[in-house]
Amino acid sequence: MIEVRDLRVGYAGRVVARVPELDVGAGECVAIVGESGSGKSTTLLSLLGLTEGADVSGNIKVCGVDVLKAAPRELRAIRGARVALVMQSPQAALSPTTRLGVLMRRALKLHGLPAGGRVMADAAEAVMLDPGILRRYPHEISGGQAQRFAIALAIALGAEVILADEPTSALDVTVQAEVVGVLRRLREERGLALLLVSHDLALVSTIADRVLVMRDGAVVESGPAAEVLSRPAHPYTRELLEALP
Amino acid sequence: MTAPVLRRPLPGFGDRFAVAGALLIALVVLAALLAPWLAPYPADEVDPVNALLPPSGAHWFGTDQVGRDVFTRVLYGGRTSLSIAVAVLAVSAAAGVTLGVVAGYAGGWVRDVIMRVTDVFLAFPALLLSLTLAVVLQPSVTTVVLAIAVTWWPWYARLSASAAASIAGRPYVDAARCLGVPAPLIIVRHVLPNSVTPVLVQLSLDAGGVILTAAALSYLGLGAQEPAAEWGLMVQQGQTLFTTNWWVVTFPGLAILVTAFAFNVLGEGLRNALDPRRIVK
Repeated sequence: MIEVRDLRVGYAGRVVARVPELDVGAGECVAIVGESGSGKSTTLLSLLGLTEGADVSGNIKVCGVDVLKAAPRELRAIRGARVALVMQSPQAALSPTTRLGVLMRRALKLHGLPAGGRVMADAAEAVMLDPGILRRYPHEISGGQAQRFAIALAIALGAEVILADEPTSALDVTVQAEVVGVLRRLREERGLALLLVSHDLALVSTIADRVLVMRDGAVVESGPAAEVLSRPAHPYTRELLEALP
Repeated sequence: MTAPVLRRPLPGFGDRFAVAGALLIALVVLAALLAPWLAPYPADEVDPVNALLPPSGAHWFGTDQVGRDVFTRVLYGGRTSLSIAVAVLAVSAAAGVTLGVVAGYAGGWVRDVIMRVTDVFLAFPALLLSLTLAVVLQPSVTTVVLAIAVTWWPWYARLSASAAASIAGRPYVDAARCLGVPAPLIIVRHVLPNSVTPVLVQLSLDAGGVILTAAALSYLGLGAQEPAAEWGLMVQQGQTLFTTNWWVVTFPGLAILVTAFAFNVLGEGLRNALDPRRIVK
């Protein structure tokens, strides 16, 4: 679903992310870990062609589309419909003046999909949300509900890949577990590919198959999650693991 | 020490002055709309025999130089003045907000071009530019609307550009891009609704100013023309009579004053009510 080779993203001549190789297959979960400013989120946004003003080189293929060569219309067609982004601040990612149902209906119509009440209710139920939530405004729901709504939106649109940028960092511990549970279940049941960006190694250890560790824009270590997290080869990975509470 | 409490925004709207302003505006608008039914005389009925009668039971606001009932003309004048205000604000806001929101969202050279054009218009003194346009075009209500709107839109453009630029960086706008929403739809569905509040407040603050400017242009003979009833025109026609027949100029003048004041008070109240930073201890 995602194939990245020799990716370099830079701003004003300064390279902020270098990823030699990144592959995420259907039903697979890959995590990019590292501290703030290590280039994780930039890498994620580059997969959607959303690094405005940046110099991006290399090869990025997402759902068969060459992101760096695709026309804007082609990119818009995969954004949301095939590749969904779940953002860090779930409520801030929802327009305060738009009801959730309206937002979902518009997104479905935009991508030429049926936007009936049943479709939307099914998507809400798939993430354990009461469909009545679709009548609410973003300020009327909790952070966990907002994050699950973002995932419901991805399901309604039939996304094959979910890019999740620190999806649980703004949530409290119990809600984090709910969201992770939903992501894991969707991955297993629907074969969704999941690329997770996080600094939370505890979360990563529960869900990721493979891990890339980034520091100062470069990948310092990568491999199967169990191996990297139990026998880290790079001192920086060890530092991150030692920082775990 | 008690913690500061954020006052609820609308519909708390506890500002008594703002409510009074809104009620006053409603009264003026109703009076203007119902003028044909409320007015005791036809607006243009000339009756030289009864010219310059002081206020009485038959003519509450007296009569003017040609015997027209001043109360009737103040009611009908409200229609003209309020129509001018609505038309000017609608044209200015439509042009200014459209350009401002596009500038604020797009940024870069698009913003630079739009804002420099805006700056050029702002560089001219508003009344002077209105006067010039009103002189070049034929004196009429339409001329007044165009002349004022030309000087008014840049303020909305500037205000909207700043609000839209702040909204453009919000996560929900990024989220919309990530959903594949094209830029024009993002502007219409996300940037515009979320950046329109300061413009709404400014519109109510400006309504009074527009009425005063329209009255000034009519006063100078560049706006509404006889026999139309318009408050500024009525003041202009009655000014020479102020010391001898004060009612001819005073009542339309008061109508301008009260309406402009009511809009300003409402605007201030709205600004306070909608400002999330307002903290009441």
